[in-house]
Amino acid sequence: MTVRALIAEDEPLLLEGLRAELRTAWPELEVVAAVPDGDSALQQALQQRPEVCFLDIRMPGSSGLEVAQALAEDWPEGEPFPLLVFISAYDQYALQAFEAQAVDYIVKPVQPERLAACVQRLRARLSERAASGGPLPQTLEQLRALLAAPAGAAPAARLEVIQASAGNTVHMVPVDEVVYFEAADKYVRVITADKEHLIRISLKDLLPQLDGQRFWQVHRGTVVRARSIASAVRHESGKVTLTLRERPERLTASRLYAHLFKGM
Amino acid sequence: MSAGSVAGPRGIDPRDVALWLWRELRIGVPIGLVAATFVSVMFNDPFGRTLVYSWCIGLSIQLLIEAGRYGLAAWMRPGDPGNVALREHWPGWRWMLPWSVGAAVVGYYSGSLLADAITGGHYTHSPFGNLRALSLILMLSLGLTLAAVWFFYSRSRMLTLQTLTEAAQRSAAESQLKLLQSQLEPHMLFNTLANLRVLIATDPTRAQAMLDRLISFLRATLSASRSGSHALADEFAHLGDYLALMAVRMGPRLAVHVDLPDALRALPVPPLLLQPLVENCIHHALEPKVQGGRIDLSAARDGDTLVLRVRDTGIGLSQAPPGNGTKFGLRQVRERLATLYGTRASLTLEEASSDEGGTLATVRLPLQQSAS
Repeated sequence: MTVRALIAEDEPLLLEGLRAELRTAWPELEVVAAVPDGDSALQQALQQRPEVCFLDIRMPGSSGLEVAQALAEDWPEGEPFPLLVFISAYDQYALQAFEAQAVDYIVKPVQPERLAACVQRLRARLSERAASGGPLPQTLEQLRALLAAPAGAAPAARLEVIQASAGNTVHMVPVDEVVYFEAADKYVRVITADKEHLIRISLKDLLPQLDGQRFWQVHRGTVVRARSIASAVRHESGKVTLTLRERPERLTASRLYAHLFKGM
Repeated sequence: MSAGSVAGPRGIDPRDVALWLWRELRIGVPIGLVAATFVSVMFNDPFGRTLVYSWCIGLSIQLLIEAGRYGLAAWMRPGDPGNVALREHWPGWRWMLPWSVGAAVVGYYSGSLLADAITGGHYTHSPFGNLRALSLILMLSLGLTLAAVWFFYSRSRMLTLQTLTEAAQRSAAESQLKLLQSQLEPHMLFNTLANLRVLIATDPTRAQAMLDRLISFLRATLSASRSGSHALADEFAHLGDYLALMAVRMGPRLAVHVDLPDALRALPVPPLLLQPLVENCIHHALEPKVQGGRIDLSAARDGDTLVLRVRDTGIGLSQAPPGNGTKFGLRQVRERLATLYGTRASLTLEEASSDEGGTLATVRLPLQQSAS
């Protein structure tokens, strides 16, 4: 029985090296996609639906952890979610977090004995895995914990006013007036009750500057003011649809953040 | 180490008190001996009695001096906590000179009365008695007092200098260690080794070449923290080693272009000065960019200034998220330049002015005294 795998690693030699090591350690493994950056990893994984994904932590584009987050959010319902294995050369915080969450990981340089042990664990997991689709609650729990622990970063100063420039004008938007933030490529859309602005910062960099009590991340691309959420409707897929007080549009909370919406 | 440790926060250690007493007595006792010999010869007095007087007077004066020295220093310290001399119990001559004169007069009389009490005699000179003898004795005690104070001053000063030297050595060692740590970044090291491990199996010739680069990179890094300067050609060779290692890792995503005029090759520069700048290019400009880019290294002469440029075609300053660690490397370079050249050297960082985008870092050093 062949097992289909994806490898995301930005250093070409290491990619070939891991592929060669895996040929020995796991002959039934077929590498269906080998990609050098995070964005292609996400795209290829969603297209090829591999059963195992080896994700380097530091990659251009999106990091391995961001790819895992996006996979958990966008993985189609009814399809078995792949096993995730992170690869890292040296990153104390990440390795500690993997250890704490019992997440599979490989340390570079890859040593055959350790890779063999990892392969054995993955094989056991594959055989006992339920046929049901989507990421398992346990996997979601692990990812939530990994995403919640940023790599030793110092807390940023709280943002009070958003400075959004449009032409020659800079609009000063008090953070309290923002209904939600939405990622748009390298920008963030700032949506208030009656206006919309574009700011040149990534959502990832904006997030630490927001008060987590008042603003909830509900998707990798959406942060919404908790007070503005009128209702949350849970779906079979695990996703949640949110209606807002000040805006007509609906927002989607992903599986990773669905646990925020439970009755008291 | 100093007598000040007597009043340590953990209470008083008897060994410290004994040490302090010994340090004090080995000054006061010999001075008393000298004074007694002098007086007994001058006035033809019996030596034994004179010695008792001389010791009583000498030690009283010493007690007063030390009380003033410690007391004044402790009283002044809260207002000037950074003053190392105060920490070593030296309040300064401005206070100690008048205090010493007072201590000589008061100590002379109280010590003399104490000796009267011990010997049962009445040899304390009345201030209105033999004026010539009295002034001579007072001059003598004042002279010896000032000599003792001078001794205390020198000892405090020595301790002060020692403290300052130790602090300077510690801070130099710390910054050296930081430099070393930042240059041997573990992520870079392990990734390089991982690449090497793959190459050994697939392409031994290339593996050897990469290992040679790694060896000379490590050798230069380790020796750079010990030497004060090296030739610009060595600096560029070291950067070449680092970039060659990176090129193996990044493959076609990294291109390097070097421009070092022959006339500038031998100029001395601080070792590995540019290393943090090149590392910034890799980590913060090129690695995050999916298609990679190019690094240009160049050296040029502008009058009596050496201009070194490190330019990349990476994601650029405005794209890079704030506070992502570039600042540590920049601060390190700025600090080294400031220590070595003061305001005559500078580092600027700006958006590269061309269609390719990216960042340009420029270091300017004075040509003449580059080899400090």
